[in-house]
Amino acid sequence: MSGTTVLLKEKNFYEESSGLFSWIFTMDHKRIALLYLYAIMTFFLVGMTLGFIMRLELFAPGGQLMDPKTYNQMFTFHGVIMIFLVIIPSIPAVFGNFMLPIMLGTDDVALPKLNLFSWWLYIIGAVMALSTLFWGNGSADTGWTFYAPYSVTSETNVSMLLLAAFVLGFSSILTGLNFIVTIHRLRAPGMTWFKMPLFAWGLYATAWIQLLATPIVGITLLMVVVERTFGIGLFDPSLGGDPVLYQHLFWIYSHPVVYVMILPAMGIISEIIPTAAQRVIFGYKAIAISSMAIAFLGYFVWGHHMFTSGMSGEARIVFSFVTFLVAIPTAIKVFNWIATLYKGSIHITPNLLWASAFIFNFLIGGLTGLINGALAADVHVHDTTYIVAHFHYTMFGGTIFVFFGGLHYWFPKIWGRMYNMKLANVALALTFVGFNITYGAMLTVGVHGMPRRYYDYLPEFEFLNKVSTIGSWVMVTGLLLMIYNLMRSARKGEIATRNPWNGVTLEWQVPSPPPLHNFDHKPILSPNGPYDFGILDQVNALDEKRK
Amino acid sequence: MKNVSNLDNMGHYKIPNSGHNRDDEAKKLGMWLFLFTEILLFGGLFFVYAIYRFKYFDEFKIIAEHMSITLGAINTVVLIASSLTVAMSITAMKKGKDNVAVLLIFITILFAMTFMVNKYFEWSDHIHHGLFMGADAFNNLAKGEGMFLFLYYFMTGLHGLHIIVGAILLGIVAYKIMNGSVNQDKLVFHENAGLYWHLVDLIWIYLFPLFYLLH
Repeated sequence: MSGTTVLLKEKNFYEESSGLFSWIFTMDHKRIALLYLYAIMTFFLVGMTLGFIMRLELFAPGGQLMDPKTYNQMFTFHGVIMIFLVIIPSIPAVFGNFMLPIMLGTDDVALPKLNLFSWWLYIIGAVMALSTLFWGNGSADTGWTFYAPYSVTSETNVSMLLLAAFVLGFSSILTGLNFIVTIHRLRAPGMTWFKMPLFAWGLYATAWIQLLATPIVGITLLMVVVERTFGIGLFDPSLGGDPVLYQHLFWIYSHPVVYVMILPAMGIISEIIPTAAQRVIFGYKAIAISSMAIAFLGYFVWGHHMFTSGMSGEARIVFSFVTFLVAIPTAIKVFNWIATLYKGSIHITPNLLWASAFIFNFLIGGLTGLINGALAADVHVHDTTYIVAHFHYTMFGGTIFVFFGGLHYWFPKIWGRMYNMKLANVALALTFVGFNITYGAMLTVGVHGMPRRYYDYLPEFEFLNKVSTIGSWVMVTGLLLMIYNLMRSARKGEIATRNPWNGVTLEWQVPSPPPLHNFDHKPILSPNGPYDFGILDQVNALDEKRK
Repeated sequence: MKNVSNLDNMGHYKIPNSGHNRDDEAKKLGMWLFLFTEILLFGGLFFVYAIYRFKYFDEFKIIAEHMSITLGAINTVVLIASSLTVAMSITAMKKGKDNVAVLLIFITILFAMTFMVNKYFEWSDHIHHGLFMGADAFNNLAKGEGMFLFLYYFMTGLHGLHIIVGAILLGIVAYKIMNGSVNQDKLVFHENAGLYWHLVDLIWIYLFPLFYLLH
């Protein structure tokens, strides 16, 4: 065979063109995804470093490294970076951009120019946010929530940071809009709504939230900017405004956005688990519909951030009740994932381990959430490090863990190489253990009453804070090891085949890395839905033909 | 066999659902979704207006007396007329009458400018009377009155910004019609600009009664 036919391998999308401009003005969804990835990883490292330094500060009572104001600026900037620059765009902008068109069997998103424009908005927003560090009175010290009236009176560069968040929100809206249009218009012939991969469902639900919630916070942040500029008290009680109104407007967006962060992550888990178990996902429709249910319910629970802000008792009871309702579709997903593994032929891969770590962390994050959602318990834990640990369990232990899990899952597809499995497992173990020590200790010390957002604490909290800080060292070691492993493997790893994990969704049917237009053959769709492992032989035969 | 394209007769797979195919429906869907976000953007402001109208009911009524219903009504008529001309220009394009379409777009832009000039006189009149943030007369107003004026400047100002953006978009449409890239068979850009213009118009339809008519 090798003697008679010499098949030219098709150029992959990296080889198609080169030079800086071919990247930053590209309309190829895969390149845009990688642009996002590199930017997001950079900001993640910045945010991680800030968190690391804050934990060092808390190693012992009293000021260790900085004064209180610097500490306030640090947790604000840590929050803004991690929320607006890392978590919100992370999975949709990176894996959504890279994988969604391929999973739908097409060659790009529906509006490629808009996609590039979104990335530029993201970079402009990022530059605006970072610029606040270097002029005036330094970065904002209000906390990432920008609560009025302090955000109106603070002398730091709050306005610029708010405008940055506005621009970043706009970028997020346009990405969501693009995905909705793409899913409506560009599914491969024969791929009906309920034959879409579940990651696409996750992104679809996410996109609607991005679209319908982000404008509200955009205008709210703009109100604060205008208020600061003209000195009118929309939210300043001394001038007749209502600070609680700000909190309502802020959380009307910022609670749904929590689901912007978690729904695509749940989508990735729904991809990793059937592939690892080599069997059809259990309860496909239940998982797909529960994503939409979470997106819908997510609009009606914002009040649970404000149980202690002063609301009528009736409102609090309703918000608390609806909050508990969210647990139902979430639990449906978790049970379905576990049921998928049952009697599957499970392949223990690093991506499955990341997914399992996610389920463990998210279980803690979700169950501690129910405690906050209960009115009486919330009063006790409100504004303690318990809350900080709770949302790190969901956002970091949840979304970011899945982001890394997805990175390990799709790594061979994106870079065409395999990574060092042993190192990947060690890195995960360190990160997982370090993570649980860090935030487990914070969870506990919070229940004991340590307030959050202070650079100092009472002596009785010292032991658990020391434990937490030591945990953060383990975690950071693990994260750096993971990044080292992936960066090295992207250049030097073994060449990956088309389908290293034996998956059946469409992304495993294209070459690794894919060519510019993704598909070199007609996508193989099973009439039984996206997770029919009956077509596995056909998918794997694609590579054979090429050899 | 040098080329992969003959591999197993799969051919170089041509994708029927390519993202680079011309897809007017996708662009229109995108525009409608974007209009949702615009409505929500203003929705946040309408919400705040409602809250403070409820809180400062009497003060809102008193200060609204200062608004000139005549100027507001003229602007309302101007904007509704401009929505008509923009819709007519799209119909003209569909019939292939490019020149009529361009003329109608220019009339629309003229209406937009009339609106902004009118707005300019209105604002400068208020500012002249000290009814602007920071002026003495303004500082002596009751809290609710100041709130009303602030919301007035904010909401009509943001709306004015949208008028400017819309007019620029229409200008680009006119340019594209003249160089032929928007034509009888390919006018989704024109239609989308028209949709945007209708939205801007529609928002004013709500701003007008809230600030001028409710005494």
